[in-house]
Amino acid sequence: MKLTRRNLLILSSAGVAATAMGSLPAFASLTDDAIAELTGGAALGEGAITLTAPEIAENGNTVPIEVSAPGAVAITLFADGNPVPNVATFTFGPLSASRSASTRIRLATTQNVVAIAKMEDGSFQKASANVKVTIGGCGG
Amino acid sequence: MASGVKPRVKVPKTAAAGEAITIKTLISHKMESGQRKDDDGNVIPRSIINRFTADFNGQNVIDVTLEPAISTNPYFQFEAIVPESGEFKFTWYDDDGDVYDTSKKIEVS
Repeated sequence: MKLTRRNLLILSSAGVAATAMGSLPAFASLTDDAIAELTGGAALGEGAITLTAPEIAENGNTVPIEVSAPGAVAITLFADGNPVPNVATFTFGPLSASRSASTRIRLATTQNVVAIAKMEDGSFQKASANVKVTIGGCGG
Repeated sequence: MASGVKPRVKVPKTAAAGEAITIKTLISHKMESGQRKDDDGNVIPRSIINRFTADFNGQNVIDVTLEPAISTNPYFQFEAIVPESGEFKFTWYDDDGDVYDTSKKIEVS
């Protein structure tokens, strides 16, 4: 693509759109890679999974997160602004009641938390939540 | 980190057969992420619990893979179905090879 004025305008508006997503593009691509590795590039549905996270977390060291996806075999959590996007994977056994779990996670900065559920029929569901972090939790 | 690790688990003492019960677990562990540096600028090596499992009478309830992004003193809350009286067994696996476990009995009426 030649760097004409028109192309530059297109590029810059795309950049603004990416920033408006509220995530760090450098880390976000790491998360996308990790998600693609998990799903094998399958399409991600939405709606059958619920991710509960605080809108504002004062302390990034312990952010309470809850995920629930009826009919899920496994749920994987990602944090796209952390140095390593993977957070945890919950695999549900035969005696698991509601396919839900809550835990506390570390967030380095304001970012999106993404949950991917693998359903019993092999499809994938996605939910994400933006969490604003006042004090980061990676001790860098 | 083999010292001061203490698992704590909250399971109801009784339940009805087939009822979904809520279980809360917590284990004291510093979960060193491998991202922090000490005063001299050296990276503090990673030392975390990397896996947690809960089983009831030998059948799996939940199996969690933990990454360094899990907070200090990992806490989990989840639900289980209890078909009969028995014992829950909770196991945590440390990076250094240590395994911590605890168990709780439950009466089903």
